[in-house]
Amino acid sequence: MATPQMVMYEEEYKKINYIIEKLLREANSKVIFLVDKNGQLISGVGETERFDTTSLASLTAGNIAATGGLAKLIGEKEFSILFHEGEKDNLHISIVGGRVILVVLFDSRSSLGLVRLRVKKASEELTAIFDELMKRAEEKEKSGDSEFPFAEITDDDIDNLFS
Amino acid sequence: MSFINYASREINCKIVYYGPGLCGKTTNLQFIYNKTAADSKGKMISLATETERTLFFDFLPLALGEIKGFKTRFHLYTVPGQVFYDASRKLILKGVDGVVFVADSQEERVDANIESLDNLNVNLIEQGYDLNKIPFVIQYNKRDLPNIISVDELRRDLNLTSVPDFEACATTGDGVFETLKAIAKLILIDLKKGK
Repeated sequence: MATPQMVMYEEEYKKINYIIEKLLREANSKVIFLVDKNGQLISGVGETERFDTTSLASLTAGNIAATGGLAKLIGEKEFSILFHEGEKDNLHISIVGGRVILVVLFDSRSSLGLVRLRVKKASEELTAIFDELMKRAEEKEKSGDSEFPFAEITDDDIDNLFS
Repeated sequence: MSFINYASREINCKIVYYGPGLCGKTTNLQFIYNKTAADSKGKMISLATETERTLFFDFLPLALGEIKGFKTRFHLYTVPGQVFYDASRKLILKGVDGVVFVADSQEERVDANIESLDNLNVNLIEQGYDLNKIPFVIQYNKRDLPNIISVDELRRDLNLTSVPDFEACATTGDGVFETLKAIAKLILIDLKKGK
């Protein structure tokens, strides 16, 4: 398959949230989201209830995919940072560890320079965690030690979803 | 690929509706959106041109319920069907868990169906997938129109590997949920194998 299965465990989830909460404070931003490149929301901190997070995740991934396509057309591997400037709010979107998208929403209380600086440091920390996560998932798969929740589902379980 | 989140006990899967231009992919999603209870669906997003042709994709998040304590969420995407949007189509296939091919049953769209299915094959291979190995169903849409060819003919042209297939009329909703259920089921069975 093209990309390995993305799995998130409680322990790493806490670590990730700790880092993005710290980034939220240090970058003086309003909301921060982490999105999988396939458009699935991994986590969000800050004023998340103000936003339709599912749509935001899918559009962000579409955005990254489209600019990634543009990058390839001109011979670049990818554009690792995107910046969208609005009247009040701005979006700083960056790719972390090659496979996860970090979205920082901020207004005039912060600045692009500050956000860029803080994102750079947080990205390194996040990359380490996601590398760990991938390794852990791969090891689990190799050893056949699957605590996979769906291994034991029955046809009835599936049918019940549609009843 | 599906995303399993043990922290929030969620499993997310991506379904892509593929097919030639104007075959009814967006109409499928619109019908599902209109008939789903408000608490189990999110906002439907359509990135379309002013003439309502899909420009990039339509997106509809659906929550189906729980299995073994895990919330199952399906993200439904359509691709732009028009031939010249191929670059966008490739992007949307990234990370796909299952594909629905929506065929246009009208006689004059026979070639367009075959061309689109070939294009799906090529684009999946480019992303590292094999259509014969991933969850895949076919829908023969527009069965209500007068100038249609028989299901047997459609099958012969499009369903070479005998995957589950359904007759549909997306505007009235006939066959729409049957198709969705079939692909969702195939994806869950695929997950069960724990690949």
